[in-house]
Amino acid sequence: MAAAAPSITAPVQGGRSKSELIAFAIMVAFFVIAPNFIYPIFLMKALCFALFACAFNLLIGYVGLLSFGHALYFGWASYVSAYAAKSWGLPPELAILAGAATAGGLGIIAGALAIRRQGIYFAMITLALAQMMYFFAVQAPFTGGEDGIQAVPRGKLFGLINLADQTNMYFFVLSVFLLGFLLIYRIINSPFGEVLKAIRENEARAISLGYKTERYKLVAFVLSATLAGLAGATKAIVFQLASLTDVHWTMSGEVVLMTLLGGLGTIFGPVLGAFSIIAMQNYFAGFGQWVTVIQGVIFVFCVLLFRRGIIGEIANALKIRL
Amino acid sequence: MKTTSLMAFAAAMLLSTAAHAQISDGVIKIGVMNDMSGTYADLAGPGSVLAARMAVEDFGAAAKGLKVEILGADHQNKPDIGSNVVRTWIDVDKVDVIVDVPTSSVALAVNEIVREKNKVFLISGAAASNLTGDKCSPNTVHWTYDTWALANGTGNAIVKTGGDSWFFLTADYAFGHALERDTEAVVLKNGGKVVGKVRHPFPGTDFSSFLLQAQTSKAKIIGLANAGADTTNAIKQASEFGIVAGGQNLAGLLVFLTDVHSLGLKTAQGLIFTEAWYWDMNDTNRAFAAKFSAANKGVHPSMVHAGVYSAVTHYLKAVADLKSDADGKAVVAKMKATPTDDKLMGKGEIRADGRKIHPMYLFEVKKPEESKKPWDYYKLRATIPADQAFRPLAEGKCPLVTN
Repeated sequence: MAAAAPSITAPVQGGRSKSELIAFAIMVAFFVIAPNFIYPIFLMKALCFALFACAFNLLIGYVGLLSFGHALYFGWASYVSAYAAKSWGLPPELAILAGAATAGGLGIIAGALAIRRQGIYFAMITLALAQMMYFFAVQAPFTGGEDGIQAVPRGKLFGLINLADQTNMYFFVLSVFLLGFLLIYRIINSPFGEVLKAIRENEARAISLGYKTERYKLVAFVLSATLAGLAGATKAIVFQLASLTDVHWTMSGEVVLMTLLGGLGTIFGPVLGAFSIIAMQNYFAGFGQWVTVIQGVIFVFCVLLFRRGIIGEIANALKIRL
Repeated sequence: MKTTSLMAFAAAMLLSTAAHAQISDGVIKIGVMNDMSGTYADLAGPGSVLAARMAVEDFGAAAKGLKVEILGADHQNKPDIGSNVVRTWIDVDKVDVIVDVPTSSVALAVNEIVREKNKVFLISGAAASNLTGDKCSPNTVHWTYDTWALANGTGNAIVKTGGDSWFFLTADYAFGHALERDTEAVVLKNGGKVVGKVRHPFPGTDFSSFLLQAQTSKAKIIGLANAGADTTNAIKQASEFGIVAGGQNLAGLLVFLTDVHSLGLKTAQGLIFTEAWYWDMNDTNRAFAAKFSAANKGVHPSMVHAGVYSAVTHYLKAVADLKSDADGKAVVAKMKATPTDDKLMGKGEIRADGRKIHPMYLFEVKKPEESKKPWDYYKLRATIPADQAFRPLAEGKCPLVTN
């Protein structure tokens, strides 16, 4: 992972750079006006995946832990949120919180087991646990097996705002995304985040400095899982559907692809990566299963030509932080 | 596809003069969505788009002054991709009716979106009987077949013709369980008995130990409560174990013409199952099949294709009568009020719960020496009359009926 990690040193500890502020302003401005000319459902889907990729990036980009089972948190949060909204009749905000909390809980269990090992073993343990829960989702009666949970009501946000309205739903999803995004930004620029980066660069040295790295890694893991869950839970409300696709291991792979394409260890990279991949899936849908092949080719080119990812290469060329 | 449909849409906007003001945006847009490249690509796939096109041509839509356009899409058997496509179709491309949609999980998702957007959903490929049961919708018609009809048709006829002891080989997930449960109920009701059952992991590749259990159970019938590749793999392996040659019969609960074609008669012979339509039953069907296969690389139409043809025909009839396609509920109400009649599936009706009623047929796969021409695979064992072929209205618990 060390090779892929960007070698950008923070100019001011905990401070925000001007380039990040400008990029953030551009991003927010784009999202506010985008629904006027881009299909909102597509944007909402992309935003959910962008948050998912950002959560994943928190773990791989800043702690250097490659989890290959993030679909577990994404998918199970979407099941719980869909079930809570449909069968318990919870309002959307509580359903989403229930989903994110479930993902956090699963993150504690999976994280506590997985962080005892490094590298490939870590990835394999996360994958194994995710697959276990995948098969549980196939069999458990409340997930609806192959059918998934259908016809999830969008409901009224805080009992006031009707989410069946496309615009309301869009700005709700955008708020959730920005909330998650800013939280991640805060985390990586906090003293806690600095320790995470220290662990990424040299875990042995971090230990010798007196940090209990396992605890830091676990907290980062749980935060990442919870935020991935937040994304999955929101997606279930947007699409009114929770299905096996979201817990399948290919989803874990997709999020790796999004993060790598956009730029590992950059703040905006995963957002751009998620948008690129979702746009491909959406607009190339006519090619059917060829989409996967096209994705694979793009991935190969990405690894060969711009190893830092799109945003990573831009940041490197301009010598700024993004 | 995207650009042509957009251009057609723009053209339609310009042309939508007073003549067809009631047809929303001047064009009747039919969206055929199914599995275009995976397991179900042969039994539905591009063939369904072709069947819809043939229905539009035969209906003479152009001569009647109706402008019809057909879109196709691949849902890859994933509910989230399917629901995404349908939302885009309805919101952006202004599609008026969604057709086919095999794979019950996708159909159930589409069912809810179409209900919410008040469009029309004509199901040919999907099986789940919930679609006219607890999930029934005033915007949906379930056209060709369903799990209840398959279980009932196959179960009933087999027990009555002496196959009274059963062993189930079931895919271990919701669909398999439901199919097994429904068939078991039919078998028991007719005085048959179930001597054993075994659940195989889904998707399965190695069925040898399960098939050996089935063989030693001495059941006369081995019921395959699975679908797609699971069914064909199980049948292939059963043939290797000489199960049919040894006097036991396989009952496939969900088998299509294209499955038999890919298995080959040597492997598939003796298989008994229920279908709604077969191309070699009469001259009209044969003529349709000849035209269809010529345009479809020689692949003959399955019952799903025939269902698409029949459903689109009836839909166009209703829209032509109403002179409007804007209100999905009204179109479906009109379709229910008019008896169905088309050259492939004959006369029939659509029930209040959205179930299309027509006879079902029990077929047995021919022995290789009985087959006289390409695609000559089935012999008719029994006809299940229309009034017995589908689940009685009261048993479905459809809210449209009870309220």
